[in-house]
Amino acid sequence: MDLARTIKYEEELDQQFAERIASEPGGEGIWDCIQCGTCSAICPVSIYMDKTPRRIIGLIRAGFKDEVLSSISPWICTSCYSCTVDCPAKIKITDIMFVVKRMAMQEKSYRRFVIPDIEEEFVKMVRKNGRLTESKMGIKVARKSGIGNLLSMVPLAWKLMRHDRLKLFHTERMTNIDELRTILEAMETGPRVTLPAKPSVVPTGHHQEVTA
Amino acid sequence: MREYLYYPGCSLKGVGGPYEQSLLSAFSKLGVKLTEIADWNCCGATAYMSVDANMAIALAARNLAIAERSDGQDIIAPCSGCYLSLTKAKAMLEQYPELRAKVVGALGQASLRYTGRSNVRHPLEVLMTDIGAKELKKLVTKPLKNLRVVPYYGCAILRPYKAVSDPYAPTVLEEMISLAGATPVDYPYKGRCCGGMLTSGVQTVGLRLAEILLEAAKSAQADVIVTTCPLCHYNLECYQDKLRKSTGKDLGVPVMYFTQMLGLAMGLSEEEVGMNRLLRKPAIAGVTA
Repeated sequence: MDLARTIKYEEELDQQFAERIASEPGGEGIWDCIQCGTCSAICPVSIYMDKTPRRIIGLIRAGFKDEVLSSISPWICTSCYSCTVDCPAKIKITDIMFVVKRMAMQEKSYRRFVIPDIEEEFVKMVRKNGRLTESKMGIKVARKSGIGNLLSMVPLAWKLMRHDRLKLFHTERMTNIDELRTILEAMETGPRVTLPAKPSVVPTGHHQEVTA
Repeated sequence: MREYLYYPGCSLKGVGGPYEQSLLSAFSKLGVKLTEIADWNCCGATAYMSVDANMAIALAARNLAIAERSDGQDIIAPCSGCYLSLTKAKAMLEQYPELRAKVVGALGQASLRYTGRSNVRHPLEVLMTDIGAKELKKLVTKPLKNLRVVPYYGCAILRPYKAVSDPYAPTVLEEMISLAGATPVDYPYKGRCCGGMLTSGVQTVGLRLAEILLEAAKSAQADVIVTTCPLCHYNLECYQDKLRKSTGKDLGVPVMYFTQMLGLAMGLSEEEVGMNRLLRKPAIAGVTA
């Protein structure tokens, strides 16, 4: 019988993880969380998440990097900002979800499924044309979510075409795409923007063993 | 004559076509000039922010920088998603000097100057603040009597920047419905998420969110849902058939833009406000079924 250890040793945690999150614009409030759970309660999709927003924040602070970066929760977040306006500690929880998504993408540790794929396709299309063509994006999304889904979208696409809201062979693009590329390339060169480090309250973890 | 810059965004040039059409017709009827921002680019939406924050902000900021070449007119961004992306970029450039330095430098490479002087506004707020309910009411020639309307705000114009109305108990859309002669229905979910991008990616979740909103509109015996955002409009309007099949419930409710409602009340024709481009038309006198 193969038994897996469900407990992590403290040294397996990433003690720098929370600091990295805090150094990203929007992530600076991470140490202010009082674990009240208001975010998870107000979130319209927390019931579908593998880890609730409150738990995500707790895990970040405790250093459970792998568990957070492989969670589907940030990808399920629709960025409705309900948690952000309701948080009594004024933490930008939606922005923290964005930070987690970006880190997961950079480290390629996110779970492969349709949402991260859509985000990547979106970025590709905008870099190419400067704008989004909804019909083409729709086809890409439907293809990625399975042939059944693609076929189920056909009647809707047809209806939208008949109502002059969808053009099949039209591509929405800006004229001076080179200008946009110059700007984006300038953003890619040089160091990434991080916030100046500020003294943080490091949690006093005396536990030898911790669970996610 | 009042003048504004107009940032359409990708949706208003596509599935949100009736929004653009009715917005332009209504503003023209009001004698307000809208000038489309020259060679605008995508606002970045939420997708770009999930991949690269710095580039997402630069993308939005290019539009703001181009707008600054004008005489300081405010930018009208009708798509709530665009409204939020542009507002957020401006707020972040204000709050984080490190980010601002980098973005200003990158825009400089393209000979664009960013100072942060352009204001980003949603047309609902512009209509109700700059023109005002009193003035608008004077122009209502065809009040939409006995029409029960759901005021649906969605997320992005309420949160997190609270620019359009009180994020907890907004009333500005109800005021517009009333001045158009219709009846706003009491709707508990007026600021609840429509499903956002999940309706196309993870339909079990996205469509459930849309279902909750449609069911509440049905039980409030609404004749129509009025939206302020092309994504909300799409999510609420376009999956009704699919939801009927998967849930067995009749969730059919017409969904239209607030600019269409206002336009009709001001005497614009059905064609002028793009009513024929809706998949399901509301029962309004003068609008063909």
